[in-house]
Amino acid sequence: MSKLVVENLSRTFPGVHGGEPVRALEPADLKVAANDFITILGPSGCGKSTLLRIVAGLDQPSTGQVKLDGRVVTRPGRDRGMVFQSYTLFPWLTVAQNIAFGLREKGLPRREQDEIVASYIDKVGLKGFENHWPKQLSGGMQQRTAIARALANDPEILLLDEPFGALDNQTRGLMQELLLGIWERERKTVVFVTHDIEEAIFMASRVLVMSARPGRIKSDVAVDLPHPRHYTIKTSPEFSALKARLTEEIRVEAMRSVEAH
Amino acid sequence: MFRPLQPVGQAARFALGVSFFVLFIAGWSVATLGGYVSPTFLADPLTMLADGWSLLTEQGFLFDIGMTIWRVVGGFVLAAIVAVPLGIMMGAYKPVEAFFEPFVSFARYLPASAFIPLLILWAGIGETQKLLVIIIGSLFQVILMVAVAVGNTRRELVEAAYTLGSTDSAIVRRVMMPANAPEIAEILRLVLGWAWTYVIVAELIGASSGIGYMIINSQALLATGQIIFGIIVIGIIGLISDFAFKALNRWLFPWRLA
Repeated sequence: MSKLVVENLSRTFPGVHGGEPVRALEPADLKVAANDFITILGPSGCGKSTLLRIVAGLDQPSTGQVKLDGRVVTRPGRDRGMVFQSYTLFPWLTVAQNIAFGLREKGLPRREQDEIVASYIDKVGLKGFENHWPKQLSGGMQQRTAIARALANDPEILLLDEPFGALDNQTRGLMQELLLGIWERERKTVVFVTHDIEEAIFMASRVLVMSARPGRIKSDVAVDLPHPRHYTIKTSPEFSALKARLTEEIRVEAMRSVEAH
Repeated sequence: MFRPLQPVGQAARFALGVSFFVLFIAGWSVATLGGYVSPTFLADPLTMLADGWSLLTEQGFLFDIGMTIWRVVGGFVLAAIVAVPLGIMMGAYKPVEAFFEPFVSFARYLPASAFIPLLILWAGIGETQKLLVIIIGSLFQVILMVAVAVGNTRRELVEAAYTLGSTDSAIVRRVMMPANAPEIAEILRLVLGWAWTYVIVAELIGASSGIGYMIINSQALLATGQIIFGIIVIGIIGLISDFAFKALNRWLFPWRLA
């Protein structure tokens, strides 16, 4: 059964200063199976973040609906954890307190909170940084904390909006492996938005390609690479073939997007 | 040396800061002790110190200082108790803001000193009147500045908290308030400085104690040394409270400096 069902979802932003309304997202349908890892790949401004924000409940659709486990999504909630592209750690809380934020909101006893926090500190490799303030961390460490914060809350589904977009290439590669490693062990349902083709293939079991604005889901590509995946897979012939195919699809969209602006 | 934004060393910064004070006092000494200005209008630094000493030891000026500090702190704390929560509510909840904001924006421009004659009619020249002047002078400023600060909470932080399961009231308590606490403390520090101006004005017009009362009394006696001493005392107290506030903020909000 599908964990997440998106039906006929569209979003139109009202025009600013009497301008034309902006169609950010054309009616889209999408089903995500439980424990699946899907990536949504598209050029910038294609509405992929809008789609994710509506799933999170942070934005309202113009038509259609989102269902998680059969329940219609109307507002944000702890069942849909999210990691943002911009740094969103609470600057007044330490790394450990940030990870415990959702657990405290849930009213979990302190002992349990500490145990869960410790286990996620370990999983994202932040041992020794528990009592650091976010300002003292590098970008990669901040995003690792943000991932731990979202996962510690044990959401039904994890939504990631270009979480590694602001990181340098090397850090980005390491973060991909880290997140994939956690997923291979825990098999959380994940929707990951990115504009990076390699990242989209490496992480996912399915890549959805979105067209340029107004965004719609253009193709749905299965990635049948074995798990656990190692970074060396990025140079395998299968990977290269997928990359060539998706590069072609994205290129067409990117060009349309450039021409439109 | 004069390259924009080039930092200056700790020792040099201190020396530069002190040297302005030295120059200022030197200029003042030359003008007064050199006989360029009549002592009736401006006392020289030495007379000022002698007058100050006599104020403190013989005329009970410490009591006046205490009274003034009490008034400022009392009025300011009363204003803050109302203004900070209201400002937070306005920043967080737009209907609350829509209800209060136009009036507060209007009231902010009403000069507190112009209320003094009216307040004397209402509350006499006792302590209530002094506190009211300070409250009128600081309340609306704090409300508005806190509301703006809280209203500008980074949206992503609020959204992140929602996806972690925060309720609407938890967003205010656990995100908007801690996120803006340093800025609110900074606003209080700023407005406390303004409150000092209001209290002196209130004491100049109708009072029987306080630094402002001493100053207006000294005017009648042409004791310019005492007036200048009083003004300098105000400056020093302001400086001390400023330092104390800054130190308190550094201690309360270590995450800001980390």
